[in-house]
Amino acid sequence: MSQQFLIYIVVGGSFLLYIGLAIYSKANSTSDFYVAGKHVSPIANGMATAADWMSAASFISMAGLIAFLGYDGSVYLMGWTGGYVILALLLAPYLRKFGKFTVPEFIGDRYDSQVARTVAVVCLIVISFTYVAGQMRGVGIVFARFLNVDVTIGLLTGMAIVFVYAVFGGMKGITYTQVAQYCVMIFAYTLPAIFITFQVTNIPIPQLGFGSELADGSGYLLARLDQVVTELGFASYTDGSKSMTDMFFITMALMIGTAGLPHVIVRFFTVPRVRDARISAGYALLFIAILYTTAPAVGSLARWNLTATIQSGEVGAPEANLRYAERPEWFKTWEDTGLISFEDKNQDGRIQYYNDANVEFVPVAESYGWEGNELTIDRDILVLANPEIAGLPDWVVAFIAAGAIAAALSTAAGLLLVISAAVSHDLVKSVFNRSMSDRNELILGRVCAALAICLAGYLGFDLPAFVAEVVAFAFGIAAASLFPVILLGIFSVRVNGVGAICGMLTGLVFTTLYINAFKGMLFSPMFANVPENWLFGISPEGIGVFGALLNFAVTLVVSYCTKAPKQEVIELVHNLRTPRALRTETSHG
Amino acid sequence: MKHRQYWLANLRLVGILLTIWFVVSFGCGILFVDVLNQIQIGGFKLGFWFAQQGSIVVFVILIFVYAALANRLDREHDVDEDE
Repeated sequence: MSQQFLIYIVVGGSFLLYIGLAIYSKANSTSDFYVAGKHVSPIANGMATAADWMSAASFISMAGLIAFLGYDGSVYLMGWTGGYVILALLLAPYLRKFGKFTVPEFIGDRYDSQVARTVAVVCLIVISFTYVAGQMRGVGIVFARFLNVDVTIGLLTGMAIVFVYAVFGGMKGITYTQVAQYCVMIFAYTLPAIFITFQVTNIPIPQLGFGSELADGSGYLLARLDQVVTELGFASYTDGSKSMTDMFFITMALMIGTAGLPHVIVRFFTVPRVRDARISAGYALLFIAILYTTAPAVGSLARWNLTATIQSGEVGAPEANLRYAERPEWFKTWEDTGLISFEDKNQDGRIQYYNDANVEFVPVAESYGWEGNELTIDRDILVLANPEIAGLPDWVVAFIAAGAIAAALSTAAGLLLVISAAVSHDLVKSVFNRSMSDRNELILGRVCAALAICLAGYLGFDLPAFVAEVVAFAFGIAAASLFPVILLGIFSVRVNGVGAICGMLTGLVFTTLYINAFKGMLFSPMFANVPENWLFGISPEGIGVFGALLNFAVTLVVSYCTKAPKQEVIELVHNLRTPRALRTETSHG
Repeated sequence: MKHRQYWLANLRLVGILLTIWFVVSFGCGILFVDVLNQIQIGGFKLGFWFAQQGSIVVFVILIFVYAALANRLDREHDVDEDE
């Protein structure tokens, strides 16, 4: 059976499963559509949250980034997991106690202000669209590679699938679909990792394997990797090259961004009780951690396999570089996509892969007769190419395809639902048409989801950067706009609506402008994206922390200069803080 | 008054756990990584291990510990959910 045929079968089978589940658990009420009717067990909710959370960036991009960044890649590992601790300890139980549907609804009620609610909707839409546009592009690329179709057709297919289960299923449909997607994803990710770790180190557990000795007895994997990459002029794998300040800020931005992401927060509205919200966050992180502790093993092994394939012997010896004519099959497959390319600069018919941007290393390379790095490899293909590099069977490759598609689709669907809920529930129903019936609201929600898919697909066609980069900006904006006002709303009784509005706007505007000034997504970049130009040495990926600090400061100062909130609001806050209802509580859902 | 005591106890619990959270990730993984990297366990330098493995494992444990202790705190202060 050909590889292509296996891919069709596995990917097709997984789709039937998802769509079947979505239709089986069709949403019938607004409560089902938004939050799965609050009857989801913590373990199922944990898996669904994990699938929702782990996007194309985690599944496809991250291990590749770590492979090339080494220690510097730790910002993604710590940043995208540590946020759950903040979420579990500082937000989830209280938001569950609040017990409504959406993040803007919380902000609107807590700050007793329609304006605050509307500003929160704007923040939410900016965050979710930045995020979802990256996902849709990821969907397009994965479909294109594995189904052998054009990127445009890949993207349209992906849009149609997301449409079916987000629009018809709602959150209830998505929850069970996402449980299935989590299982597909984690299987597809860990299986090749186990095989590859075993091949290279004789140990079948990736988390231990990458800290072990190589099977050929030549020393510890990480020590050998450090040695080879530094001999080729790259930064040492276990040390990295980012400044400590930047490492700190990027990690923090990703963490508080995670805690401020509306499609993640909304998951904790879907459990029956406050204590389930606490434990749900634990299960979610446990399921995420299985992938996140495997990723650095995948990264180091992929870097090792890649380096060992191209640099098969001692650095500098002419015979030690792979002959282009003898390149392996996977190299050719990916050459076709243009994501790997080779240019024989010194005309010796062999591939030299080294860091020619390292000024100190250039004379050394010249003494070997090398005239520049000859291999360009897109780091985003590493996870997808990994099983082929390691020579694993075709059905493993097929599962990787299904897993990658599940990762991108599940996140896209969750985000689209949050956008549609924000528009129909928080904007139209509460601001323009208060008397709208639940039925009409549900219809409007579906229409919004459909429109959002079209717009996201359109944006996904021409993004300025690949998934991981765009996604990191969504986190920065979430960290700077929503997180501080949600946190203060719970932990301070004194902050008020005026303060929150000023705070959110400051955080949102500052962070968006800073990112655009260096990265140019809305307008062309104003400054070169180099450390000398950064404010306090903080890169655009880490600036969300600074935006969040501004937001905290502005919210507090403005609140203390204006009147204290009404008595009902103070009671609402006290009520949030205890799991049991203080007085008669109006129940929703 | 009862609720005020509950809230203070809750803040203390959260404060202690967040201190551990900060120490394992930002402390061991970033700020003191060079010092910890002097220690080698198996093939891992310790600081590098905290940044890529240890911190994540501790995060998971922290949430489960929090869930257990917070539930106990609810019962002790008689504010747990009675549904």
